[in-house]
Amino acid sequence: MSEKILEIENLIVQFGGFRAINDLSFSMDPGELRVVIGPNGAGKTTFMDVITGKTKPLSGNVRFKGRNILPYKEHEIAQMGIGRKFQTPRVYMKLTPRENLELSCTRQKNVVAALLNRSSAAERQTVGGLLETIGLETKADIPAELLSHGEKQRLEIGMLVAQSPDLLLVDEPVAGLTDEETEAVGDLLLALAESHSIMVIEHDMEFVRQIARNVTVLHQGSVLCEGTMDQVQTDPRVIEVYLGQQDDDH
Amino acid sequence: MKVVEPIGSAAEPRRSLKTRKRQTLLMELAIAAGLGLLLLLIIPPLLNATGQGVRVNQLGRYLALAIAALGIDLIWGFTGMLSLGHGLFFALGGYALAMYLQLQLPPGQIPEFFGLYGVNELPAFWQPFYSFPFTLLAIWLVPLIVAALLGYLVFRNRIRGVYFSILTQAALIVFFNFFNGQQKLINGTNGLKTDTSTIFGVQASDPRAQMVFYSLSVLLLVGAYALCRWLTSGRLGRLLVAIRDDETRTRFSGYNPTWFKVFVFAVSAALAGIAGALYTVQSGIITPSSSLSTAFSIEMVIWVAVGGRATLVGAILGTLLVNFAKTLLSEKFPEVWLFFQGALFLSVVTVLPMGIVGWLREDGWNLLRSWLGRNRIETYPSLETDPEVEYERENIGN
Repeated sequence: MSEKILEIENLIVQFGGFRAINDLSFSMDPGELRVVIGPNGAGKTTFMDVITGKTKPLSGNVRFKGRNILPYKEHEIAQMGIGRKFQTPRVYMKLTPRENLELSCTRQKNVVAALLNRSSAAERQTVGGLLETIGLETKADIPAELLSHGEKQRLEIGMLVAQSPDLLLVDEPVAGLTDEETEAVGDLLLALAESHSIMVIEHDMEFVRQIARNVTVLHQGSVLCEGTMDQVQTDPRVIEVYLGQQDDDH
Repeated sequence: MKVVEPIGSAAEPRRSLKTRKRQTLLMELAIAAGLGLLLLLIIPPLLNATGQGVRVNQLGRYLALAIAALGIDLIWGFTGMLSLGHGLFFALGGYALAMYLQLQLPPGQIPEFFGLYGVNELPAFWQPFYSFPFTLLAIWLVPLIVAALLGYLVFRNRIRGVYFSILTQAALIVFFNFFNGQQKLINGTNGLKTDTSTIFGVQASDPRAQMVFYSLSVLLLVGAYALCRWLTSGRLGRLLVAIRDDETRTRFSGYNPTWFKVFVFAVSAALAGIAGALYTVQSGIITPSSSLSTAFSIEMVIWVAVGGRATLVGAILGTLLVNFAKTLLSEKFPEVWLFFQGALFLSVVTVLPMGIVGWLREDGWNLLRSWLGRNRIETYPSLETDPEVEYERENIGN
């Protein structure tokens, strides 16, 4: 590949005296599906916060499609084509799934457009198609607060796709889901990976095995190792800090 | 078994939803116009005929206040910003019109109160208020600009929630101290009187002039309602609700909430300015302690809370209800009103957290239907549209 979709060099994030991310370097090719794992406190969510502009790093470079995105704010980065799904489903509770998707789908996101432009036929069609994909057609016009947890997760993934981003950041998409729902979300992500670059943060090893091609292990704010699932699983350092530790928990 | 016709394609319920929306919108428009005409043509003569002429003036003033309440509903009910300093914008509008009226004097004279403080020259910022068109603009444009500047600084720095409320209150107190202390500029604590001035050759307290102010209050209230309804019904309205419920999320959807918040805050301030002007000419005076007191700004919030947040109609209803209750109760039992106001707010918060209109829309409607014996509990839409279920409901009965 000529150009990386995401390139991060020597990233340092410090909160007070605590270094959440320590000299981290990372890159992703276009079209890649990457899973980031790591024990609690490894800096996974902070890592996403930096990419989406929520947290500003102390030093380092973050380039998206070759462009330095550090000076930009969250909404500008979102408009450039980085979409983010949060750990807990964050949908607009008082709006219906259809309205949720419409807000994410529209290209014009300023005050005047929100006031004057009505949704175009193409947008309505996209929204209709998405409702079908995430299986919420019959509940499209009831408030989202009435949806179940799994439905909200699916709706939020739908909102993410509606933004048509080039890079999707997905934070623990299967936390609190049943096995069946987990598999459905996995299939959804694999389908999306055909046309998007996706980075997934996950704890659920079963799920990681289902979707992972390339895995990055974070530990104490830096990359511990990278490779395929099999390579990572047999790496003694990983077993020590992460997999071993998790076995102890069970 | 009879063959059940399948319910049409996905596009069909969508369209019927749309036409239903349009029908309710038309109905609402008709009701608003009807109520406006009632207030305009029928209620004043009726009150005059029954010897309650003084109530017309009160009603006019409270209708003016309802315009400000609509603005509060826009920023608090829909966008979740609790402003405790809206009296500031109300006063800016009120003072603008009062200054114009004060300047209705023979050439060469300046308003009388300046003499008391030994001021012989009209302060420069009074000069433009000789012009009626400028005054008309200033009434809403000055509050709008002040709110936009204040809002931009506050929202850009992501100040929200309680901190925003405290900040608006602080801004209000700054303005109160300024208006209260500057005798030489705007007559300080005594305020500006408007009832002895003339406007278009008629004294402002003249019944004919008052009737014009009353009618303007009605018309502008209907206009303000239509404006708010328009702002909140489309995509902007949905985005405001989204910002209220999860502002951070809207950023990651690619929206910059700062500009949306600045926009509604400015619109709401402009409405408060118009309300202030209309209220001032109908009460005959504006003073810092009447318009810039913290109690007054908090009262505005109470009107909306009583009527029902994010309902618009509730803001109007709540304003009229609370203010007439205040007038009637303080006429009969002057001591009791403040206790009653406290009790009212407490009971709304505990018993009717959605306000009167909110309760009517949620529970009241169901209650009414169950009284009429037409209760029908809705299930999931998929069940509602399931042809088998429909068939059973129609042919087998409940």
